[in-house]
Amino acid sequence: MSGHSTYEPKTGFERWLDMRLPVIRMAYDTVLTFPTPKNLNYWWTFGGILSLCLGIQIVTGIILAMHYVPHVDYAFNSVERIMRDVNYGWLVRYIHATGASMFFLAVYIHICRNLYYGSYKAPREVLWILGCVIYLLMMATAFMGYVLPWGQMSFHGTVVITNLFGAIPVIGPSITTWLWGGFAVDDPTLNRFFSLHYLLPFVIAGVVVLHIWALHVPGNNNPTGVNVKSKEDTVPFHPYYTVKDGFAISVFLILFGFFVFWFPTALLSPDNSIPANPLVTPAHIVPEWYFLPFYAILRSIPNKLGGVIMMFSAIAVLFVLPWLDTSKVRSMRYRPTIRLYFFIFLLVCLVLGFCGAHEPAEQVIPGVTTFTLGDYDLNTMVWLSRVAALYYFAYFLLITPIMGLTETPLPVPESISEPVLSHPASGSAQAAAASNKG
Amino acid sequence: MSDTVVRTNPDPQAPGEDPNRRDFIHIVASVAALGAVGGLAWPFIDQMNPAGDTLALASIEFDLSKVVEGQQVAVKWRGKPLFVRYRTPAEIAAAVKDDHADLRDPQTDESRHKPGKPQYLILIGVCTHLGCVPNFKGGDYGGWLCPCHGSVYDTSGRIRKGPAPKNLAVPDYAFLSDTKIKVG
Repeated sequence: MSGHSTYEPKTGFERWLDMRLPVIRMAYDTVLTFPTPKNLNYWWTFGGILSLCLGIQIVTGIILAMHYVPHVDYAFNSVERIMRDVNYGWLVRYIHATGASMFFLAVYIHICRNLYYGSYKAPREVLWILGCVIYLLMMATAFMGYVLPWGQMSFHGTVVITNLFGAIPVIGPSITTWLWGGFAVDDPTLNRFFSLHYLLPFVIAGVVVLHIWALHVPGNNNPTGVNVKSKEDTVPFHPYYTVKDGFAISVFLILFGFFVFWFPTALLSPDNSIPANPLVTPAHIVPEWYFLPFYAILRSIPNKLGGVIMMFSAIAVLFVLPWLDTSKVRSMRYRPTIRLYFFIFLLVCLVLGFCGAHEPAEQVIPGVTTFTLGDYDLNTMVWLSRVAALYYFAYFLLITPIMGLTETPLPVPESISEPVLSHPASGSAQAAAASNKG
Repeated sequence: MSDTVVRTNPDPQAPGEDPNRRDFIHIVASVAALGAVGGLAWPFIDQMNPAGDTLALASIEFDLSKVVEGQQVAVKWRGKPLFVRYRTPAEIAAAVKDDHADLRDPQTDESRHKPGKPQYLILIGVCTHLGCVPNFKGGDYGGWLCPCHGSVYDTSGRIRKGPAPKNLAVPDYAFLSDTKIKVG
């Protein structure tokens, strides 16, 4: 779809620059005239929303770094100073903290959009893998950012996550010590996490450039999953999708502002308002909401190494998804059977998140003690997360490959324009228009 | 007939048309977006101004009995040196004598100290040229000499020679008791 450039330099300066650095041509071709399928729905606006999220996090993060002190003795107080004394510091910090949650909300919707419409399939595998890399980098960045306020959750979250690497046989303990830079999570750990937390967003920005580049080679997928066949199937990105993205961004910012101005602490743990104390762990330690499903998978395995492997596998499986899916049809709009399994998958992810937020031994249905199997009480969060984790992996490793071979998809339209033109409503509208003219 | 149809359905993308409702929406949306960005820009600029705690620590108290006659003590105030000089009668006399000399920044010595306290000269120790700290008793007038570009100040801290345009500044201060001052 990245066809011929239609850019024509209009002024003498543009012609001069175009011969030397065709940067205006590139902007013109990628932002203004880029041919985009004309049937994209609002699920396609999250790319733009995510770019905005990254921009917001970088701008507010650079500001916070002007006032933050990465030292165990000063970190907590410097964050309090940002909240109390720095002009509008409260606003900048709440935008940054809420921004992390909004960023993950948007990325999860973006990923699910891809799963539903089969956007990861050929020829967009590299595009998908780059997206998975961005997601991994986001998780690393978010985790290290959560360490910086140096509250109780920051400290003990860091202890738990860095100890995960200790599960690796032979080299694990050395890796943990290497991450810490000492005998425990301490000043060297805080300093290096601050350094990396500042670095990684720019790495993300770099991979985003590759992600968009990889998008612009095959072009956008679309809700039908059918390839663009002719110019009739596309519209220029501007003004059609700049306006559509702009509207979606406005709605998204309303939700963003709702949290920033009315419930800024709703997504933060109160325990993190207590300065870090290496001698006492909070009674109930949970990660941020966007890590809860993976946390539930980690806890569902009664073996240290096994839990760590399963947790990382839950992300790793995404990377190979393009080769697990055997179906020739991209969009689940024409795959009614797997669509059902997909919606169960979404539900299962929410269930895993729910389990991750509760104690493993907590009862799912309070008061019921009859669901037992030998010594096991099946009415517990840990058993619910085991079942859910099993479905999570089965969806990718069994259901996706098998469904592609066994299901009978619905007839797929010839082109993007075809279902619109052959729609009964559009036919009668044309007829009505014709009769009016007559 | 076909002409009429074309005119009632103008191409909204056609260039050179009169402003229509779509143009209006574009203008309103752009202005709203620019207004929002502009409104957000202020907190992001203002955060670099001195914070509440920085402003709260902006005044200090100083005990003058620490300074011996003929000497100067430099203390840090708002991140800059503050000169507290206990002048000898000879230095005061030299400063008063030059009150009507050809000064670049004319000021009497009396206006540069508190009434009845001519011996104590309180100055911000920052050269008015480019901000270096002048050296005590340097220069031809026994006041200060700036090591950076050779500005010479007299015993009242007034600029006498060199590139600096103004006298050494006198901060806002007040005597809390006979030997104690509050600066800022």
